[in-house]
Amino acid sequence: MEAIVSVIGKDKKGIIARVSTILYKRNINIMDISQTILKEYFTMIMITDLSEMTVSFSELAEELDNLGAEIGVSIRIQHQDIFDAMHNIDKE
Amino acid sequence: MLNINSITETITMIQKEKLDIRTITMGISLLDCQDTDGNKSRQKIYEKINKYGENLVKVGEELEQEFGIPIINKRIAVTPISLVAGSSMDEDYIEYGKVLDRAAQEVGVNFIGGFSALVHKGYTKGDEILIKSIPHVLKETERVCASVNVGSTKAGINMKAVKEMGEIIKKTAILTQNRDSIGCAKLVVFANSVEDNPFMAGAYHGAGEPEAVINVGVSGPGVVKSAIEKLKGNSIDMVAETIKRTAFKITRAGQLIGNEASKRLGIPFGILDLSLAPTPDIGDSVARILEEIGLESCGAHGTTAALALLNDAVKKGGIMASSHVGGLSGAFIPVSEDEGMIEAVKIGSLTFDKLEAMTSVCSVGLDMIAIPGDTPATTISGIIADEAAIGVINNKTTAVRIIPVIGKDIGDKAIFGGLLGYAPIMGVNKFSCKDFINRLGRIPAPVHSFKN
Repeated sequence: MEAIVSVIGKDKKGIIARVSTILYKRNINIMDISQTILKEYFTMIMITDLSEMTVSFSELAEELDNLGAEIGVSIRIQHQDIFDAMHNIDKE
Repeated sequence: MLNINSITETITMIQKEKLDIRTITMGISLLDCQDTDGNKSRQKIYEKINKYGENLVKVGEELEQEFGIPIINKRIAVTPISLVAGSSMDEDYIEYGKVLDRAAQEVGVNFIGGFSALVHKGYTKGDEILIKSIPHVLKETERVCASVNVGSTKAGINMKAVKEMGEIIKKTAILTQNRDSIGCAKLVVFANSVEDNPFMAGAYHGAGEPEAVINVGVSGPGVVKSAIEKLKGNSIDMVAETIKRTAFKITRAGQLIGNEASKRLGIPFGILDLSLAPTPDIGDSVARILEEIGLESCGAHGTTAALALLNDAVKKGGIMASSHVGGLSGAFIPVSEDEGMIEAVKIGSLTFDKLEAMTSVCSVGLDMIAIPGDTPATTISGIIADEAAIGVINNKTTAVRIIPVIGKDIGDKAIFGGLLGYAPIMGVNKFSCKDFINRLGRIPAPVHSFKN
């Protein structure tokens, strides 16, 4: 299963490092990553592969949520299918 | 491959523009729960709802987390109770209402629809008893929703039912007057009601439906409004195109959730209802969309045309996005549940008569309108008759969900709370239609040719 991790908030040092650390610890591969900074707002999108992950989806979501709360940004993880459904007309 | 703009668009729709799945509604047939012994019948009902519904809320919450889209309500719709309870020897169906309430509480859904009767042509014994039981059921239960179909394009309008429903609404208002007559917010009078509507208070599981089914209702007035905000000065063609495109995306999200819910619950997917359903929150209003199209305030001349365009474009965009579209599918205009409508009533822009005109092009009807508590039952029946006539003649669903707020008058405010919102009391025509309503009988079915 592929999922999108999105991080939105004020730019700070180490955001990517800290998010990637969690993903690495849980055996999740990052397949693509892109980021933009609009004014001081930081947006990072990661496409991740959860097929070998070592925790449940809800535990991972909670872990990312806690990290977001700690560093003051919003971190969400969502099943990729919802983005495909809305933006890719050829997808079942 | 997804690009970052598409991903951020979806995230913005969900986080800022209040895109959500409004409801996953499970329809459950209770036709096999009939029994001459009411107690036995109710035991079967309780067990069946529990059997099918036990995982509904859990699966809904799982989907919400995995896909990151809020699923506001999980609900249940059942076979019209008049069809189930009619076999029993009971002389009122209040206990049937209570068992639905208990079952809904047990499985954790906030509303259960189907305390209903279809009487567009006439009453059975079960219909008669059910309708008389409505006021008490709405008083004594929290979660039960009732509906009665009084007219259809094929059958015409049953004026006996129209008269009786005016009285039933009034009685319900009196019995729940300590809470601003809130019982009436859970009672819908329909013409051309649909069997697969997932939205409350009018949901029931029709006789043509399977054993159990998953129907999904999407929403997203905020998303449509934001899309139109970017079109200042553009022609109306662009507005229609943009609404279509937005409705398509919203509907695709709903279709995905519907399919997933159906897979996980092992219950077939029925239909997707692609309605724009507002809430009292800022940024979740259908009225504000109409204003964004170019009206100073909802209710101004031009409102009916703007709403017609919106309703039609939503359908066009949504129909291609879903394998099966059904339910009511269009723009809802419930006054108390829409922040922009409430404001428009307050400033005197939106009147009762304009709302009636709007219902001829919107998806349902006169919805969540608070009127003076001393409005006579026959006047409420007149309102129902007018609305049913619009539906029957134009071959569409129409409905009346109106609240005569006992003890309140024009200038006062009724507060229902939660998704039901609040509303300023609106004035209705003071002249009587009593003699018309008291004639009873049936208005014949209309001719379908010579349309002018």
